[in-house]
Amino acid sequence: MATQKQSPVSREALSEEAKIMKRRSFLQVSALGGGAALLSLYVKPSFGQQGRGRGPAPNLVPSAFISVAASGIVTIMAKNPEIGQGIKTTLPMVLAEEFDVDWKDVRVEQTDVDQAKYGGQNAGGSTAIPTNWDPMRRVGAAARAMFVAAAAQTWSVPESECTTASGRVYHKASNRSMGYGELASKVATMTPPALASVKLKDAADYKIIGQPIHGVDNLAIVTGKPIYGIDLTLPGMLWAVFEKCPVYGGKVVSANLDVVKAMPGVRHAFVIEGGTDLQGLLPGVAIVADSWWQAKTARAKLEVKWDEGKTAEQSSESFQKQADEFSKQAPKLKMFNDGDPDAALASAAKVVEAAYSYPFLSHAPLEPQNCTATYENGKLTIWSPSQTPSAGLQLVTKTLGMQASEITAHMMRTGGGFGRRLTNDYMVEVAWIAKTINGPVKLLWTREDDMSHDFYRPGGFHYFKGGVDASGKLIAWKNHFVSYGEGDRFASSANLTPTEFPARFIPNYNLGASLISLGVPTGAMRAPRSNAFSFAFQGFIDELAHAAGKDPMQFRMELLQAAQTGPAQDGFDPKRMQAVLDLVADKSNWASRSKLPKGRGMGVAFQYAHRGYFAHVADVSVDANNKVKVHKVWVAGDIGSQIVNPSSSENMAQGAVIEGMSHMMNWEITIDKGRAVQQNFDKYAPTRIRQAPEIEVHFLKTAFPPTGLGEPALPPTPPAIVNAIFAASGKRLRSLPIAKSGFSWA
Amino acid sequence: MAYKLTVNGKSTTVDVPADMPLLWAIRDVLNLKGTKYGCGIGSCGACTVHLAGKAVRSCQTPVSAAANQQITTIEGLSAEGTHPVQVAWMAIDVPQCGYCQPGQMMSASALLAKTPKPSDAEIDTAMNGNICRCGTYPRIRQAVREAAAMGSRNRPTSVGGGSGLRKD
Repeated sequence: MATQKQSPVSREALSEEAKIMKRRSFLQVSALGGGAALLSLYVKPSFGQQGRGRGPAPNLVPSAFISVAASGIVTIMAKNPEIGQGIKTTLPMVLAEEFDVDWKDVRVEQTDVDQAKYGGQNAGGSTAIPTNWDPMRRVGAAARAMFVAAAAQTWSVPESECTTASGRVYHKASNRSMGYGELASKVATMTPPALASVKLKDAADYKIIGQPIHGVDNLAIVTGKPIYGIDLTLPGMLWAVFEKCPVYGGKVVSANLDVVKAMPGVRHAFVIEGGTDLQGLLPGVAIVADSWWQAKTARAKLEVKWDEGKTAEQSSESFQKQADEFSKQAPKLKMFNDGDPDAALASAAKVVEAAYSYPFLSHAPLEPQNCTATYENGKLTIWSPSQTPSAGLQLVTKTLGMQASEITAHMMRTGGGFGRRLTNDYMVEVAWIAKTINGPVKLLWTREDDMSHDFYRPGGFHYFKGGVDASGKLIAWKNHFVSYGEGDRFASSANLTPTEFPARFIPNYNLGASLISLGVPTGAMRAPRSNAFSFAFQGFIDELAHAAGKDPMQFRMELLQAAQTGPAQDGFDPKRMQAVLDLVADKSNWASRSKLPKGRGMGVAFQYAHRGYFAHVADVSVDANNKVKVHKVWVAGDIGSQIVNPSSSENMAQGAVIEGMSHMMNWEITIDKGRAVQQNFDKYAPTRIRQAPEIEVHFLKTAFPPTGLGEPALPPTPPAIVNAIFAASGKRLRSLPIAKSGFSWA
Repeated sequence: MAYKLTVNGKSTTVDVPADMPLLWAIRDVLNLKGTKYGCGIGSCGACTVHLAGKAVRSCQTPVSAAANQQITTIEGLSAEGTHPVQVAWMAIDVPQCGYCQPGQMMSASALLAKTPKPSDAEIDTAMNGNICRCGTYPRIRQAVREAAAMGSRNRPTSVGGGSGLRKD
């Protein structure tokens, strides 16, 4: 069986990145032509960099984070991949705030890929804000301090008498001021302060952080400029398609390459042997032509004899059968236990038993996977729309047997990530093709390639038993989680934190797991793990609330207030969740829901995910034909003390609800004979504008450091709507997508 | 085969297979990359362009069927972002990843050319063929309303294939 690794952006990577930026970086300045100054951030090499197979420790290399032109225009480098989360705008905002310049004078440029220079360059795990919030502010503040020092020296006044605003230093007592541009050439001769000691602004003085700043690429987007990976054209570039075995990890036995080579425009057709790592270069046939349409047309004539391997015996049907069998046995893996759940269930006033399940999902970003590369004189250059371009570089280096110094990588804006581009299969494929043909080439997958060769959100099954006592208190919870993996090793993103809520909040609690062997590649998808189990957990909690005869909102609140059996292992703070639950109850007017007409109801769900606290309420109608209309969704979230960019934050939270609706209603990748059945949007229907409800987003600002928003607003959506469907119709849905139970959009 | 394509007011003869979809002629022969490939089956709307003033899916339109007609792409709305739909899209800060937005804007501009003051239901109907995977629909609705309001204030001239907002 082919192998799989865990998602590359782990919690460990997060803290490592934070350490690198916090303790191992310092600023230096240099002069640029025309009286401009360049402020460079040096990152000292860390064991993390050396340990990741990038060769010997790099020398200290400066990376230009800020340059100030004599005109006062400030250029800030954006170091992370932009996948629609707005980070290309948000991180420069944080830096510009402390630098104390006007946003209108800021220009933003994307850096190349080099983690030795820039620190972490990933888009994943909602990590960009928590890892960069402190370092980016310090870089901006250190830069500001230098311009203050330069002005103070020029005027021979104490620095303490100088202030800054809008990219100028002021000495109020003598009514003098100088722009940063005028001071740049002097700053270029000075020594920067240590990042750790610079004074940061009081949040009350923020002028950029907290403002709805619009995306820096908006003009390029609305005028159709070639900014995405798919748009890049190199001189003399050829076009490639790559056909892999529809069964994951299958090998090429033979292919009619002569027929394909005779097709119009085809320059090369060859077999790539590939390996067995499902995240690496897999076996297949590459066709390279003068245009993509010719490559694709030639592919229609391609006939490949595949050795499909054992995975061809796997199907969604066989997974379901295996899960049902497991459910009749004790879990193979013990994950967490408190008290005596069996005894508590035996003494419970009411016992509820329910089986929940959810399917495999494809990420389906709208821009299909693609990558562009050129190989010339032993050097490879790659333009990659990746969420983890640095990991992609390492994969290419290893697979092609090249040195890191022989490869250069550029980041391209991506047409959506959602976790799909955490894996760099398209990157290593195009690198191999470029090296083979010894020239420039763009690889572009079809939508069908994209949907049938994904790293799927793994499906899963939860066999629950819960008990409430005569007072309606939840006293027992058992969950037999049937997931995927080998032995006691979960497949990527198919696991569950053992202490995940409601563990520790119920006196008698058991979580056990059994794993189904899987040859289908899986991986992180927006809010990995919680995007799946939240539906099951929050649905079952709802069932228990009704069994207890309690308001589902109140029942949840009491559960969050219950005595804890031990300390949190994942940072979960129930008080923060209680506060967002209160907020969403208030905003949605939950208390008045009994006034809704017949066939209409409200549902609630909450989830702690990727350091964020979110609670949603959905207002939903269901008619006699099971047609569902979502009227409105209220989102309440706590991601700390600052919403750095309220415009992109509201947009992303609304988008998370829209995506959650796709998960709930229609999305499923069915596996049959080891391959994906759904291949395009006709069979994998996302939410469309007609179904989009009004979505009201509220953030609670709390005294905690700001955290990320890419993921945590998604998980409560499916359970909130499914719970509302129950409130509206009395129909309890325990399996996603609900279209399979005869439901559809109104 | 040689076909005469008139894109954004400019005529070019392209030599391509008759069955090549207009999408690939626009992107890879004429090198206008604003029109996007998303699904290839007319399901997502990322490839929407105007053909004789109507919104069509260029991935489902053979070059042969588009020859000798006025074609407008996102680049033809305006190069500087001054078309009301472009202005509204920026004013509302619609994009997340942005990949679908050219197609969204071509559907919106075709709607407004025909129906300058669309109702909310008309907006949803006209825009329903365009998938936004990031889920920017609430802002797309808002931006179409904004562009309609702008159009009634400020009647701009249409560009290229006569598919901007209507001239009165």
